[in-house]
Amino acid sequence: MTGILDLTLVELVGKIKKKDLSSKEVTKTYVERSEKSIKLNTYITEDFKNALQKADNFDNSPNFNKKLPGIPIAVKDLFCTKNLRTTAGSKILENFIPTYESTVTNNIWNEGAILLGKLNCDEFAMGSSNETSFFGNVQSPIGEKLVPGGSSGGSASALAAKLTPATIGTDTGGSIRQPASFTGTVGLKPTYGSCSRYGIVAFASSLDQAGPMARDVKDCALLFGVISSYDNKDSTSVNYKRKDYLRDLSKSIKGKKIGIPKEYRVEGMPKEIEKIWQKGITIAKEAGADIVDVSLPNTNYALPTYYIVAPAEASSNLARYDGVKYGFRAKGKNLIDMYEKTRSKGFGNEVKRRIMIGTYVLSSGYYDAYYLKAQKVRRLIKNDFDEVYKKVDVILTPSTPSSAFKIGEKANDPVSMYLNDIFTVPINLAGLPAISIPAGHDQNGYPLGLQIIGKAFDEQNILNTAYSLEQEIKFKNKINDWWM
Amino acid sequence: MAIDLKTVKHISKLARISLDDKKAKKLAGDLNSIFEFIEKLNKLNTDKIEPLTSISETTLKLRSDEVNSKNIRDQILKNSPDDNKDFFVVPKVVE
Repeated sequence: MTGILDLTLVELVGKIKKKDLSSKEVTKTYVERSEKSIKLNTYITEDFKNALQKADNFDNSPNFNKKLPGIPIAVKDLFCTKNLRTTAGSKILENFIPTYESTVTNNIWNEGAILLGKLNCDEFAMGSSNETSFFGNVQSPIGEKLVPGGSSGGSASALAAKLTPATIGTDTGGSIRQPASFTGTVGLKPTYGSCSRYGIVAFASSLDQAGPMARDVKDCALLFGVISSYDNKDSTSVNYKRKDYLRDLSKSIKGKKIGIPKEYRVEGMPKEIEKIWQKGITIAKEAGADIVDVSLPNTNYALPTYYIVAPAEASSNLARYDGVKYGFRAKGKNLIDMYEKTRSKGFGNEVKRRIMIGTYVLSSGYYDAYYLKAQKVRRLIKNDFDEVYKKVDVILTPSTPSSAFKIGEKANDPVSMYLNDIFTVPINLAGLPAISIPAGHDQNGYPLGLQIIGKAFDEQNILNTAYSLEQEIKFKNKINDWWM
Repeated sequence: MAIDLKTVKHISKLARISLDDKKAKKLAGDLNSIFEFIEKLNKLNTDKIEPLTSISETTLKLRSDEVNSKNIRDQILKNSPDDNKDFFVVPKVVE
């Protein structure tokens, strides 16, 4: 018999509904494995005792009509969880206990799932390697001293290491798709406005989106259907009819037009990435899709635009951390001195760097040259996609320009770290949905991902394309439990 | 354009983040390499382009101004680093 840990989320739900498994059995299995995996440093806050209690409660009066009946799930520590510490990976929120629940996590619990704990992430989701967390870096289950990617690095690591059957992350510039790609898992960044931002610690509000991370496309479709909802507590939440993404999942991509943007063939890109991309193209072609060469001419400008827009928004969002209402406070001679010392000691280096960039580009005399300019280029980038989507249904690209790198390898060079997100950032700027699926390995056995980008609110189409490719790729993660 | 130490100190004042000279120097270096990368945007002509401020580009909806959370003062104050049970407490501002 396949062990509990080997079951996908969809299979687990089936087994619990058929009473082949109890919530307690499943929860206990994940708790025990999590307890043996401290070395990966995936959890910031464990809630195992409560989880086991909740599993008991579920088994005593089960409701099998739910979509996630009695399923234990750990979530990124960027989602506010009522009465459970929420840190955003920062010292400044080390002891913050939210008095309310984020809409996305609330949707998950309403469908019967059980919280396992809060997963490590880059501080305020600013990072691509999970090295900026105040709670220490996360190790990847793929290999020792290897980064899991970021910012949802704890989520990706916990998912790949089978410490949770599925999880959720947030994606501002690639924070779901890049770690998914690095860890051989599936990660979806939904359309802006699809999942509520209420109760998610804010980074860059015009870019932030929550999304599912799962072992396969089916699981991803199931979880996406649970978390996507209209919410009047988020002013940018969009009211549209959500589909049953799992029910409507289809392998058929016959006649689908798939765009291949030439600008994603960047200088210095490893041959392995090019190879994986070609593999995806060939599989899609064989499945009957039409491959169309397209151009997104302003791709090159996406990253510089992002590094103006995101820090600008972050510098305003993070102004709230002043040591007065919640969080860490440093002693100061007077009020201003208290503010300055609190923020200096409470924020880590990357967060400070981005607040400084943001403050600078918004400051008097520079606003037009940087911030306004970036907003104009952002329009050009969005226009590029609008043009291309007149001709194709989805776009296929690599997820990242390289496979996972070693811890510390890029820590001293912010620009080379930022380049990690070169293929994912344009999608956030344009507000589009995109999924990363594992597509193969490099010569070290590290996973490589493919990204499928869709039209706004057309998640079904990218899930279908991903599902179709997944059937042929038959990816298997190479994990030897080195940390045990 | 290079960002000098004086500018870094000025930004840190605006951002309310205290910086010692050593950190400020390091940050000046980082910011310069980041802005060198950002300056690429100047190659693009954007004269006739409207800025994109939000993806949804709809007018924000208005809602009625109603109190939804009642009697949560104690809960809220629990997270404060210093309070007197009724208010947040900060260092003295008026002499």
